[in-house]
Amino acid sequence: MNVAVVGVGQTKFGEHWGRSLRDMAIEAGLLSTQDAGIGLDDVQSLYIGNMSSGNFIGQEHLAALIADQLGLSPKPAVKCEAACASGGLAFRQAYLAIKSGMADVVMVLGVEKMTDITGEHAISALMAAGDQEWESSIGLTFAGAYALIARRHMEMFGTTQEQLAMVSVNNHKNALNNPFAQFNMNITVEDVLKSSMVAEPLHLLDCSPITDGSAAVILANERGVSRFEKPVWILGSGHGTDTLALHDRKSLVEMLATRTAAKQAYDMAGLSARNINFAEVHDCFSINEIVAIEDLGFCGKGEGGRFVEDGSIAVDGEKPINATGGLKAIGHPVGATGVRQIVDVVRQLRGDSYNQISGCEYGLALNIGGSGATSIAHIFGMVGRK
Amino acid sequence: MMYNSIPLFWRLKRGKYNLVGTRCDKCDITYFPPRSICPACGAVGLSVHKLPETGKVVTYTVIHVAPDGFDAPYNIAIIELMDGTIVAGQVVGSPRDLTVGSAVCAVFRKINETGEGLINYGFKFELVECGY
Repeated sequence: MNVAVVGVGQTKFGEHWGRSLRDMAIEAGLLSTQDAGIGLDDVQSLYIGNMSSGNFIGQEHLAALIADQLGLSPKPAVKCEAACASGGLAFRQAYLAIKSGMADVVMVLGVEKMTDITGEHAISALMAAGDQEWESSIGLTFAGAYALIARRHMEMFGTTQEQLAMVSVNNHKNALNNPFAQFNMNITVEDVLKSSMVAEPLHLLDCSPITDGSAAVILANERGVSRFEKPVWILGSGHGTDTLALHDRKSLVEMLATRTAAKQAYDMAGLSARNINFAEVHDCFSINEIVAIEDLGFCGKGEGGRFVEDGSIAVDGEKPINATGGLKAIGHPVGATGVRQIVDVVRQLRGDSYNQISGCEYGLALNIGGSGATSIAHIFGMVGRK
Repeated sequence: MMYNSIPLFWRLKRGKYNLVGTRCDKCDITYFPPRSICPACGAVGLSVHKLPETGKVVTYTVIHVAPDGFDAPYNIAIIELMDGTIVAGQVVGSPRDLTVGSAVCAVFRKINETGEGLINYGFKFELVECGY
């Protein structure tokens, strides 16, 4: 039985000093049901994507809390965690729940409140996505892990700092008209290269920011979907894992989890990279967008830098990537990001995006956790699978 | 958040103090971090294996924005040891001399200190004149 996204919603992403995690979750949840044209009483179960509410705000047991706050209790609620891929994971688990036949209409809600603690604490909380015993404990930050990948990629393929910077420049340009983005301003390659160093060779403007925010979608199967106006169908779903410790992998420049997730999603959809018109790709750091577009098969391994430089990822290019700003410019509330990416793919396919790509049939969302230990890929289209 | 405690240090001391991993003798693969099951063949209960202490830098970074418990800047590298095992560790000294391909050897150093005065020791690497 086919499953569709029938409603989407999100809060503005940014530093929301005046708003709590539950405030943001309620807003995104209500927007998604309004967009779907249903009431909260139509929602049968809730899947929460959240990385680390325990570290960020000292709150665990999040799924029941949000179910209660949305007035959904005593319905079932589940929190899914896979570091920065938590949102994508929650979406996939909700999809599987509907596919199992146990539910017809489900809400997926990603949320993260990151600014209630200091930046140093937030860096430590994010480092928990790595192997705590063998890499986080020696001071390897999240940015540091991607810096190690970036230098290896530069050494092996001649990828340049300028090409990394162009990823951030493209994402900022794409977010100019996105009302939900943390940043609505253009930046230049020079701005990136002159910004302070975070973990060499990555500058501050190679890094996605610390962000508060929430995003939600409503999923329904064909039994539930007849009353919805613009269903966007899930054509493929894939999920791969790998070692948490970066140094334990066979390759530092290719993510096995992404390759695995992408293959599953392409095979299920009966499509290949060539058929995908646009993608939301996990650019937590500029290098990751380059590695991801290679691993998704949009270009060959090692060609990502040149693919960026020649404009292929621009909205009017061959394969538009992160047309609404990506993690870099929209912001990266870690548990919300995977859901937000799907919100933007759905809007693009429905034709109501803030940076509309003309004539798109198939869109892909790729959500990556940690330095690549979890990858979740989904492919969407306006016509359901046969 | 620093997750440091005496029992935690004690449990990891073999790997952290002496650079000891595990090994699947059947597949001829050495694992670090040490693991109990060989992902290549499924063998359970791998043997304890001391790693060589010299190697070369595969990739490195200089961390400028540090988390709790660490003072920036400091270097972290991924290092290929002489037997091909890959490990991650800090490299002591100035980043000026650190390049891809630098020869290094393991040294026993203080990693950091908790507020309660507990000192976390482990391996780091230092640059050496002649590697392998």
